[in-house]
Amino acid sequence: MDSIKDIWLFIINRKKYWLAPVIAVLLLLGILIIFGGSSAIAPFIYTLF
Amino acid sequence: MKNILGISCFYHDSAAAITSGGTIVAAAQEERFTRRKHDAGFPTNAIRYCLEEAGLTLNDLDAIVFYDKPLLKFERLLETYFAFAPKGLLSFLKAMPVWLHEKLFLKKQIYDGLTDVGPYDKRKIKLLFSEHHLSHAASAFYASPYRNAAILTIDGVGEWSTASIGIGKENKISIIKELHFPHSVGLLYSAFTYFLGFRVNSGEYKLMGLAPYGHPHAPQTIGFTETIKGKLVAIKEDGSIWLDQDYFNYATGLRMVRHDKWADLFGFPPRTEGSAIEQHHCNLALAIQKVTEEIVLKMANEARKITGEQNLVMAGGVALNCVANGRLLREKIFDNIYIQPAAGDAGGALGAALAVNFMYFDEERSTDGIHDLMAGAYLGPEYSEKEISAMNRKASSVYTHFTNFNELTSFIAGRLASGDVVGWFQGRMEFGPRALGNRSILADARDPDMQKKLNLKIKYREGFRPFAPSVLAEDTTRYFDLAPASPYMLFVAPVTNNHRKELPVNYNELTYADRLYCTRSDIPSVTHLDFSARIQTVHKETNSRYWDLINAFKQQTGYSLLINTSFNVRGEPIVCTPLDAYTCFMSTDMDILVIGDYVYLKTEQPDWQNIDKWKREFTID
Repeated sequence: MDSIKDIWLFIINRKKYWLAPVIAVLLLLGILIIFGGSSAIAPFIYTLF
Repeated sequence: MKNILGISCFYHDSAAAITSGGTIVAAAQEERFTRRKHDAGFPTNAIRYCLEEAGLTLNDLDAIVFYDKPLLKFERLLETYFAFAPKGLLSFLKAMPVWLHEKLFLKKQIYDGLTDVGPYDKRKIKLLFSEHHLSHAASAFYASPYRNAAILTIDGVGEWSTASIGIGKENKISIIKELHFPHSVGLLYSAFTYFLGFRVNSGEYKLMGLAPYGHPHAPQTIGFTETIKGKLVAIKEDGSIWLDQDYFNYATGLRMVRHDKWADLFGFPPRTEGSAIEQHHCNLALAIQKVTEEIVLKMANEARKITGEQNLVMAGGVALNCVANGRLLREKIFDNIYIQPAAGDAGGALGAALAVNFMYFDEERSTDGIHDLMAGAYLGPEYSEKEISAMNRKASSVYTHFTNFNELTSFIAGRLASGDVVGWFQGRMEFGPRALGNRSILADARDPDMQKKLNLKIKYREGFRPFAPSVLAEDTTRYFDLAPASPYMLFVAPVTNNHRKELPVNYNELTYADRLYCTRSDIPSVTHLDFSARIQTVHKETNSRYWDLINAFKQQTGYSLLINTSFNVRGEPIVCTPLDAYTCFMSTDMDILVIGDYVYLKTEQPDWQNIDKWKREFTID
């Protein structure tokens, strides 16, 4: 949570608001990739792409 | 008095440094402990050593500082991919998992890494992040002897910045001007390193060493220079550059350059690693070296113009280009120049710690205007008599223990003069890429065959690579046209005319391989093809043992200089412990090893002819 807070503060500080949705999607994908490594979510990733 | 730990890691050359009240207590690169060259992992061993040297625990630290800002770097990455899209998808897909899994959560990585170092209370740790080029700037300015100075940092890339000009006054640094990614002098040089078949981030020295084999007045070299400046890079009057990204691939690709376009430009394909080096490779190396020097000189001119300062301090990987540094000296743009010896990313750990001490905590800075803070760069671990004895038992080594150091230096000087190669291991290990007389391989510079012998039988590396001299500081001008001190081997200067030998009439028509072994001076093994030498001046006050040895050599031969090359073989980090030194000694054709007051003769060691028994596998760099 600390890191998410840091990223949010960074976006506000740099006024790079367009990065917020990009990072959000990437983080979401990141979570899927992490889970995807060893779970049934893996096939779901392929349909996303 | 603040105790600060600086860390650099996760890219290349991980390191740690501790400052206490603005004094550098210890600094070391992780590769020396893990024995993996350019180790990028969390510097657990280096931190452990630094804490031990300072007598501190993690909880005693006032701050821990990382040498760059990961979120800013991530911003650069995303904006670059966005700007070049849809190009760069493959690189994006490769980079993102690493970022999303590790680098974006750097705080956690650091806290996890610190757990391996020792117990700590997370609430007591103040974790800070310094900008990459500020870390470089701080490593140069705060370590320098100057109260005020212009600051020039040049490297591949940090967050956005690839070069910066700043000014340091007392305990403050202000960055005035920056050059941003993808336009980068470091990456331009690395692109040529790559195209000429050397490894990026480690082969840049080789490119610099290859350049003097180029023919400076050959139409091909002149043509290459014009092509570089006409097609690849536009150099502005203030030293800023613009790289035509149509020719480069590093911003979004997995290679440095566009092979097809570069082959068309220069008329030959990229050289593959390990293949034969031909004259056109040397000519291209010379062309990019000259262009780099032109850019560095223009940047320095701009730094002088906008700061008005008489002193210049430099850091960043490009500041390790000692040929360019030598030109900077000769052009006399500044009265004094100081270059951080650990100018690469390892030095960022030190710079980050110093920046926090002076800028964040606003600690007072004092300097005598003469001595720097680096203490000869001897900031790493040293080993006691007890530890050397333990190694002797473990390796079953055969040695002579000298109780009189003068007798030891006299004996070793005699052996050097008769052509022996000596591994010299003393005191604290050097911080930064250079061995400066505490972890060095030494030999007689007068021996015309020594360069070949050292390259091929000791270091197991390319035959073209030059060697550097260590000379008694007070005798420097006897051999070289170099006025200021160069204790960190960061300046190249010409060998004086009285030591040069006449070259064959057809010298310039000879192939580079034939010119390589032409005797050019009475100190041929440290005289490069263009009569230049990368000089280390040895000062009694910073390394009295090394000074004594060279002085003993002077008493016996009249020459006050030796070849000094790092104590390692190709691909191996410089030795750290006595056992590393003994192992390296036994795996090469080195004749003698000296560790502290112990002397080991190769032919007396058990099973000494069985070199393979001692050889270690290192990835060739």
